[in-house]
Amino acid sequence: MVRRIGGEPSQPGGRYKDVTTDAPVDTDDRLIKAGLLKKLLTRPEFGSIIGAVAVFAFFSVITENFFTVDAISAYTNPAATLGIMAVAVALLMIGGEFDLSSGALIGGLGITMALLIQDAGAPVWLAMLLSLALAVGVGVFNGYMVIKTKLPSFIVTLGTFFIVQGAGLGFTRLISGQTTIYLSDYLEGSDWTRILFASTPFAGIRIPVYYWIVIAALATFVLLRTRYGNWIFAVGGDAASSRAVGVPVNKVKIMLFVNVSVSAWLVAMFNTFRFQSAQIGTGVGLEFEFIIAAVIGGCLLTGGYGSAIGAAIGALIFEMVRQGLAFARWEADWFKLFLGLMLLGAALLNQFVRIRAQRARS
Amino acid sequence: MTHLIEVDSVSKYFGNIMALKDVSAHVNAGEVTCVLGDNGAGKSTFIKILCGLHQASDGQYRVDGEVANFASPREALDAGIATVYQDLAMVPLMAVWRNFFLGSELQQGKTPFKRMDVAKSKQTVVDELGKMGISIRDPEQPVGTLSGGERQSVAIARAVYFGARVLILDEPTAALGVKQAGVVLRYVVEAKKRGLGVILITHNPHHAYPVGDHFVILRRGEVLGDYQKKDIPLEQLVQMMAGGADLETLQHELEKAAAQTGDDELAEAATAFGEETEQLGLGDE
Ligand SMILES: Nc1ncnc2c1ncn2[C@@H]1O[C@H](COP(=O)(O)OP(=O)(O)O)[C@@H](O)[C@H]1O
Ligand SMILES: [Mg+2]
Repeated sequence: MVRRIGGEPSQPGGRYKDVTTDAPVDTDDRLIKAGLLKKLLTRPEFGSIIGAVAVFAFFSVITENFFTVDAISAYTNPAATLGIMAVAVALLMIGGEFDLSSGALIGGLGITMALLIQDAGAPVWLAMLLSLALAVGVGVFNGYMVIKTKLPSFIVTLGTFFIVQGAGLGFTRLISGQTTIYLSDYLEGSDWTRILFASTPFAGIRIPVYYWIVIAALATFVLLRTRYGNWIFAVGGDAASSRAVGVPVNKVKIMLFVNVSVSAWLVAMFNTFRFQSAQIGTGVGLEFEFIIAAVIGGCLLTGGYGSAIGAAIGALIFEMVRQGLAFARWEADWFKLFLGLMLLGAALLNQFVRIRAQRARS
Repeated sequence: MTHLIEVDSVSKYFGNIMALKDVSAHVNAGEVTCVLGDNGAGKSTFIKILCGLHQASDGQYRVDGEVANFASPREALDAGIATVYQDLAMVPLMAVWRNFFLGSELQQGKTPFKRMDVAKSKQTVVDELGKMGISIRDPEQPVGTLSGGERQSVAIARAVYFGARVLILDEPTAALGVKQAGVVLRYVVEAKKRGLGVILITHNPHHAYPVGDHFVILRRGEVLGDYQKKDIPLEQLVQMMAGGADLETLQHELEKAAAQTGDDELAEAATAFGEETEQLGLGDE
């Protein structure tokens, strides 16, 4: 058996006490405490925090009622579902991959559940679980394909996007002859679904907002404080080097894809139980909004860098602008202009931070 | 006798490229085996087999006399074999302490709340680098902001810290200045004194000779020789490494070019080259 010389690696300092080194250690003078501002500046979510404050201030000035409860619920409610997806997409992007199927999957998973309830007569809970299983399956498929084929995830998930959309439409028409399935009759007696996914527990703020906050906090904790977070940064930053020090690169990537699909499932539950109906085509086109929110939140398109809380804030900026323009009675056309400028600004800022971080000090 | 690590007639093919052919070598506890060879000789391929990144196409790899089939570097690490890679080193955008513990994170707390022990990790990194005579200003700084030498030192400190039995170093001194190369070589000797088996890969015989116990010379994927230190003087090692004939050819080429072009500077360079070759004890005896 393997005999270890000395102690376990998990006991730092314990093993090499006997080693005397007389090398000069030139600490002190070079150990400069980085200022708080400088530290903040190097955080990936820095830009999004500034952006959120600026956007909020801007619309507070040009509209009188931007911080009334009505207004806050008007932008936090849509920001919640966008934010939940953006956080999952941000983790995936930090891990070095994309998912273009995530938007279409929201509609696909909702309609799957609705078909199971309406046409297969499945109980609501079972339909939910089967839809969840499908979500996990799609995530595993995406991850596995990307790893096995070594194709860019951009291409693989573009394929999945069309498959999900096409299969969703095809099967829904084939089975039910409809594109929208109304579930109100079937949901009678399943009050728990409304409480879990479609209630408004407090002051006009719908329940997805609370999920959003909890998920953003949890993802930030995982990313910054657990080894899984360490691995996510590592596989996106340099997959080969990570593998060489024992990081299970493939498992991490598959888990990240599954996390995106399961988040899409959660959003599908919010939609379906709120409107008591499922419509095929829901979510198509949103995948770019998730990516944009993640980029505004500090994610690099090249992986290895980004922030979960930043992505959540990116989603908030997104919806504040959209609702703010409506409140100010401006044409919705301006939204795209705003969005484009914000995306470019964020991408440039991220680029700048990345260059700073990679610049070798000679 | 059984060796700590031993490869027996190992070959490695990449498609139809033969990177290694019938290579045999070993290392014992408390011993430094140097693997020498020119660029492309197969040194990196050799160590990637030892550390589980590649699997041998042919031949046997034994640890403690038992056949080892490491499917991944994780398995090799768990068996106490740690490696400093030449081309696979650090994730530049990640903090120094995150890189140091990557794949072997220090953890605390019970399962649902299991998290990294950040304070202890950072302290360990500062301590371990301090032992190498390197102070980093802030363990939070991204590895990409370190100089090449500092980066290499972090990689070595990491391998020394986690390599419980065998330490493998692929060209650790190639990117370093004289002073830092000295620190690395001293580390090799210290690891050996502690009873570790060390495999040092280099193309610089002047770095290998002072610390090595025996020397395996690779040329174009094959073992040219495996010598105990007492059996081979430095001069001969240098000659075998570079191939004295190759150097002479180089000198002749220079002379020929000088004669053709009538370039004095080139002629001077050729003469200087010849003298240097002689000084090193190279060339045909
Ligand atoms: N993954 C690979 N695929 C194909 N050829 C490779 C691969 N790795 C190494 N080689 C080839 O094997 C030979 C030995 O390479 P290497 O072990 O890196 O040499 P060294 O480290 O001694 O410079 C080279 O010709 C190189 O091109
Ligand atoms: Mg090499």
